[in-house]
Amino acid sequence: MLQLGIKELAKYPFLAETGDYLRDKGFNLEQLSDPDWKPVVEKAYGRIVVATTGQIYGGNLENPDLEILSFVIAIILLKSAGISTLNRRFSLAEARRAERYLEQGLNALQKDRSILENLKLKEESIQSSLKIIQDLFSILVTMEDDRLKIRIADYLTRAAHFNEREWKLVNRRVENGHVYLSSHEIVRLVRKELDVYINSKIQSVSVSFIPETFRERVEDLVLLAKKFPTTVIVSSDYPPCIKHAIEVMDRGENLPHSGRFMLATYLLAKGQTIEQIIPLFKNAPDYNERITKYQLEHIAGSSGKATKYSCPSCEKLKSENLCFAIPECDGIINPVQFGTRRKTNA
Amino acid sequence: MLEKNVNFVETALKEYYFNNFELIHVPSRTSEREFGYQKFNSGMVRHLTIKNDKDLHFLLMTQVPSDVYCSNGYYSFPNLPMSEKDWKEADLIFDIDAKDLKLACRKNHTCFKCNSCQNVNEQSSKCVKCNSDKFDVISVTCQNCINEAKKEVKKLVQVLTEDLAINEEKILVYFSGNEGFHIHVTSSEYQTLDSRERADLADYIMFNGVIPETMGISRQNNSKTSLPDIGERGWRGRVAREIFGSKSKRPKIIQEILLGGYPNFQSRLEEMRPTIGVRIDPKVTMDIHRIFRLGGSINSKSGLSKIPCNNLESFDPFSDACLLGDEKVEILANCPTSFILKNKKYGPYVSETISVPKHVAVYMICKGVADVPQDNEN
Repeated sequence: MLQLGIKELAKYPFLAETGDYLRDKGFNLEQLSDPDWKPVVEKAYGRIVVATTGQIYGGNLENPDLEILSFVIAIILLKSAGISTLNRRFSLAEARRAERYLEQGLNALQKDRSILENLKLKEESIQSSLKIIQDLFSILVTMEDDRLKIRIADYLTRAAHFNEREWKLVNRRVENGHVYLSSHEIVRLVRKELDVYINSKIQSVSVSFIPETFRERVEDLVLLAKKFPTTVIVSSDYPPCIKHAIEVMDRGENLPHSGRFMLATYLLAKGQTIEQIIPLFKNAPDYNERITKYQLEHIAGSSGKATKYSCPSCEKLKSENLCFAIPECDGIINPVQFGTRRKTNA
Repeated sequence: MLEKNVNFVETALKEYYFNNFELIHVPSRTSEREFGYQKFNSGMVRHLTIKNDKDLHFLLMTQVPSDVYCSNGYYSFPNLPMSEKDWKEADLIFDIDAKDLKLACRKNHTCFKCNSCQNVNEQSSKCVKCNSDKFDVISVTCQNCINEAKKEVKKLVQVLTEDLAINEEKILVYFSGNEGFHIHVTSSEYQTLDSRERADLADYIMFNGVIPETMGISRQNNSKTSLPDIGERGWRGRVAREIFGSKSKRPKIIQEILLGGYPNFQSRLEEMRPTIGVRIDPKVTMDIHRIFRLGGSINSKSGLSKIPCNNLESFDPFSDACLLGDEKVEILANCPTSFILKNKKYGPYVSETISVPKHVAVYMICKGVADVPQDNEN
């Protein structure tokens, strides 16, 4: 098995190897509670705060010890606070951070290695990307004529659950049992699993006691979580497709463009204002208030060509895998009719 | 089916199974499979387990099923209800049915049985006897349909071997026992795919859902360099060969495509789907819990056997899969369409008593265009 260097571990501190690193260095919770480690606790707290704003923590790989320890302490803080919204936001942001490094490693693989600067570091970066993708997700990435490829079955188990048409297998280059993909696409395939993996790390860690030096920041996290918007309450009157979309957004998970469009057009049709709708999108991994406002205004017809968009039909939503019909949906052809039109007996 | 017909066909089936045990076997990993069967005029019996060939032959002899099925899926507990079976994996299966090909010849070998008075009509507008407009559609043997279905099988095998890298030895082609072919792929790397993933695989095989961007045509910035080349593999190569035909025509056709723009190219891709895509039934391929007709068994829609096609080119289902007896029997035939079995033409018949070989009699009774005469009932 490949041993990751400390710099690589700083990129992917959620790996099991971090446990070995901590043991080798002799770190334990008692030791980390020493006031001398307060700056690392602050760094860990900052890492969580950045994640909760939907941004991706950059860090500094030149100080790998700090990177690894701040991640470990962040996990302890999160576990102690016990707030699942924070865990989800943190795991998603850390997954996005790791994606960047995975992609860099795969990109380096595609380049002529003889011209790479600092060959050893690049080689490590390549190997760690390949190893993580193989060990954590059982995907073997190989190269053919500077093109990256994975097995079709590995592709389908992920991409078939995406909604966008470009992810359909028919829209991919397929040859001899393999799908050819860019480094970005390969990493995109494992995003969800990476997120789940990091979240499971937070869930599985056991914290025997909360050091005094951590306690203040744990309380701060509890206060921080209270700030998250709960403006839109899921009403039982919402159709299941809209409920599902709201739940996905609430979990801070990625709702495809078509799903966001459905949600916006539905709520607009139901008389909500743009200002009332915006908070719903705050949990989106790529949330940007300015862009969200612009897009909602465009959909509402208050900007651009003043075209007001309607909520997509049930049939359209079915084809986009956004339909989760229940018996109460019988007789309607558009989500906006839900609850207002009932099936009548002929 | 009328009782007298059931008795006659069941006797023929029992005789077939008794004489042909060597043709009908349990598939590999038998204990992990679910079996099921149907009897004439009766519902499906499923969630059964069968240990070995001996048990299967016993079932055939004691129950004399009209149809026998076996799951493509493997389970820890195949005889428990579906939710408790504990699905492990499933073979890839494909159904190519001539009726889905919508061929022009179809009207020449199709007739319509009135649901009200059972009269068999040539046309489907109104029953000539009772004016009803509710019919069962009956299609009889057609070599053209089989030839076209064979072409689809060849296209499928090409996609499976070249694109999906499935070893040809793992691909088993069967005549379905009626109007098409069943293709089984065992122990491939696709065994564990779930239903949704298989649906996407089926779309790939059917060339469904392709967008022009895949072929190098976007809404903006098109260039001839990103269009597919005839030497490419996969769908890009197939599309290039379909569009360009030869290299010499390429420059002119590229100009036409670029001038025609995105929507035109999109329509063109859509139009070529039935020609280059494989016309499988996607519902079968995406079903991971299906019980699929068992190889070697008789198909009650025709009385023909589902048998492997070792040489697809020379395979003639209407002779090779026609395995019931040849002894002459009398039936009352009402079949406005002629058909061929074992290279001999039969029909058309207008409510007449005829003497035909047993395999023809069973075929016609199963198709609903003949009955056992009154005095033969016992």
